[in-house]
Amino acid sequence: MLIKRKEFLQIGTLASASLMMPKFLKAFEKKDLVTPGNKVLIVLQFSGGNDGLNTVIPIRNDIYYRSRPKLGIQKEKALQITDEAGLNPALPFFKELFDEGSLGIMNNVGYPNPDRSHFRSMDIWQSASDSNQYISTGWLGRYLDAQCSGCDKPTQALEIDDVLSLALKGENLKGLALRDPKKLYSSSNERYFKEINAAHNHEEAAVDYLYKTLSETLNSADYIYEQSRRHPSSESYPATQLGKNLKTISSLIFSDINTKVYYVSLGSFDTHVNQENQQKRLFTELNDAISAFVKDLKNNNRFQDVTLMTFSEFGRRVAQNASGGTDHGTANNMFFIGGGLKQKGLINAMPDLIDLNQGDLKYTVDFKSVYATLLHNWLEADDEKVLGKKFERMNFI
Amino acid sequence: MPLSNQLKNQHLLWRAAFGPMIENVNQLSEVSQKELYKILLKTSSKKPTALNVASNTYDGLVKGIQDLGQMQKLTQEQKKQLRKQSADDIKNLNLTWLSEMINSEAQLREKMTLFWHGHFACRVVNIYFQQQLLNVTRENALGNFGDLLREVSKTPAMLSFLNNQQNRKQHPNENFAREVMELFTMGRGNYTEDDVKEGARAFTGWGFNLRGEFIQRPFQHDNGNKTFLGKTGNFDGDDIIDIILEQKATAKFITQKIYKFFVNDEGADVDKIESLSEGFYQSNYDLQKLMNNIFLSDWFYLEKNIGTRIKSPVELIVGIRRLIPMELEKPEAQLLFQKVLGQILFYPPNVAGWPGGKNWIDSSALMFRMRLPQILTNSEEFLITPKDDDDVMMGKEGVDKMSKPHQLNVNVDWNSVVDTFNTIKKENLQQKVNDFVLQTKNSINPNVLKRYTDNTSREGFIKSSIIELMSTPEYQLC
Repeated sequence: MLIKRKEFLQIGTLASASLMMPKFLKAFEKKDLVTPGNKVLIVLQFSGGNDGLNTVIPIRNDIYYRSRPKLGIQKEKALQITDEAGLNPALPFFKELFDEGSLGIMNNVGYPNPDRSHFRSMDIWQSASDSNQYISTGWLGRYLDAQCSGCDKPTQALEIDDVLSLALKGENLKGLALRDPKKLYSSSNERYFKEINAAHNHEEAAVDYLYKTLSETLNSADYIYEQSRRHPSSESYPATQLGKNLKTISSLIFSDINTKVYYVSLGSFDTHVNQENQQKRLFTELNDAISAFVKDLKNNNRFQDVTLMTFSEFGRRVAQNASGGTDHGTANNMFFIGGGLKQKGLINAMPDLIDLNQGDLKYTVDFKSVYATLLHNWLEADDEKVLGKKFERMNFI
Repeated sequence: MPLSNQLKNQHLLWRAAFGPMIENVNQLSEVSQKELYKILLKTSSKKPTALNVASNTYDGLVKGIQDLGQMQKLTQEQKKQLRKQSADDIKNLNLTWLSEMINSEAQLREKMTLFWHGHFACRVVNIYFQQQLLNVTRENALGNFGDLLREVSKTPAMLSFLNNQQNRKQHPNENFAREVMELFTMGRGNYTEDDVKEGARAFTGWGFNLRGEFIQRPFQHDNGNKTFLGKTGNFDGDDIIDIILEQKATAKFITQKIYKFFVNDEGADVDKIESLSEGFYQSNYDLQKLMNNIFLSDWFYLEKNIGTRIKSPVELIVGIRRLIPMELEKPEAQLLFQKVLGQILFYPPNVAGWPGGKNWIDSSALMFRMRLPQILTNSEEFLITPKDDDDVMMGKEGVDKMSKPHQLNVNVDWNSVVDTFNTIKKENLQQKVNDFVLQTKNSINPNVLKRYTDNTSREGFIKSSIIELMSTPEYQLC
């Protein structure tokens, strides 16, 4: 006889007793662990290769319009920010940010010998490797290794997702992925897991590693959930995935949690066909979510402590393709949003559309320089140690 | 305490195969490791039947193409359709191979294939290419490494993944030559940048036609002299592979990697690797001999090598399914498991393959691993949305993107599980189940376990014990 019904198992059916309060959780309760001005970095990944040229539009460049007779965004439609640049019409709030000095735009960011495969180029951006190098750790994971060695909590870097990205995997420490604090809490709130964890005697290295991860997860789940309910955001956010994710992040920022880095993704920007509508839909989601988020941060007087950075694994080709879209390209622009920017507006020159490499933009800023700047100037970390070598730091923050 | 014969046999089955099956419960205490390994060799000795899941459209199209002209006649829409069909077929290939790992007699061969699948990591969304590469790997997995290397290097999958189709006389593309040396054979430090350049020149002209057949294109081949690893001549790709195989560094690199995968990911001391790789080299790269030297040794069965290796997601899924016979109404859920746990067959993270070991484990992955036995056997609902794969989706909304909880309808054959333990006395049952499920030196605290087992019936006890023991950090190890 085959059995096809819910077998009765006691796992998970009983509420958490939460009897054992681990010692490091107690340590968290000391409020002075988190400074009031705790600086936070939010990394927003545009998955799929966002078309940078239709994001920050070179409105006075004839080559742009010649290369994109259908897809080019007319000067009148673009939200003009300087004589030569306009923002995508679906990003009106970004124009507001620009006007008030809370938006920085870095053009032509890329790396030598660019790879046009999504997964490989994403791998390169997340691991901060050279394009012929394979590293199995991510830049933010190595930041955890460097900053957090000896500390007992993986909550310093959180990804708002079901699966943890390479970017947050370090050699010894890893960030924690959660869709939302409540879901993490309920999925780890198994008395059985807690009890085997409590009863475990650390002995053999491999088992010990797993129990360490288990113990961190269970404790962090409680900790994050508790923190998220401390000062939940009262702002209304759009009912999109990004809106929900940013609301989760703001609630955590307003708490006393020790998180320094949040990681969140939006996509897919892989606009080979019918780019206009797809990019518009994603940018509207982006614009509205960021608008609510910034308002929320300002109302709670935390905007000056937050920097949000956007990136994509590559930009797209200068010329449109035959299907109303664009194909995989190379260098791209990045946004920085926050109340602590030192350089605002267009930080460097718009892309050079004359000097191309087989129809693709040449990069002028290595993305690892951007990482080095954020690591050193904003997160006060040893950028050289995290990135494995010295990259020129910039002054935008 | 000396290690039990059963533990050692299970160790062999976890490493040289995908773990014990339920019917092995009562067989493993008597047989010796040597005998068991013989059985594994024997069941893997036949040439495997090639897997073929490519849909008729794709198959027909690829085989029907005679020249480039026809491919160019395809409209954008047709090309898109083809790509989607290909991605769907690769999912089928994934599930078909997974099912081989679970059910096939040729366990050692499939396990070796999984090793090579990570070693010759290749990510191209072309079912025809992927299927061919898998079949080449399965055929040679236990044969001669030189043959395997040569055949894999000539597959369209690898040639296109590593851009050798673009490697032409006067316009060399070094990617292929570099990875062959760095990742497939010798490893860094055993060649120079000049060797990469000269090797790439020798590989010029290696490519494939639209029917997926290897070809040497004489007009694109650089016929000049090349100096490669100290030798000079008008080398072609085959000569380069010969020279690479002459290097002891190749034998050593492969031996080390095999040791880490099959024995202990901490690696071995210099002497052991030295003697194993010397034997491998002297045998002219006979893989079966190398595996014999490992699995028939005493040191393979040392305590430090047992229950200390973190199972890969595929090993975890397959291992559970071998121990608990079940039928999945929606087998494609296993693709989602692979994705959430970070190992999708045919989609390695990059050409270096899956890093493995501790890299498999982070908070969310561990929680999912520990819930997987319940999800599979309990039909526990789960809601999880992994990120889309842009290489496959091309900007379209993912099909496995779901906002509702997944419900797996799984038919578990608990009867045969329970029957297997028929002869065991009640007081020994707990220990027996424990010893069969876990490989680690220490188990779960029995008092804790007792509180969660269903003690109302023998059947309930066996079921709940197995699932509880699988829902632990210990079960992640083999």
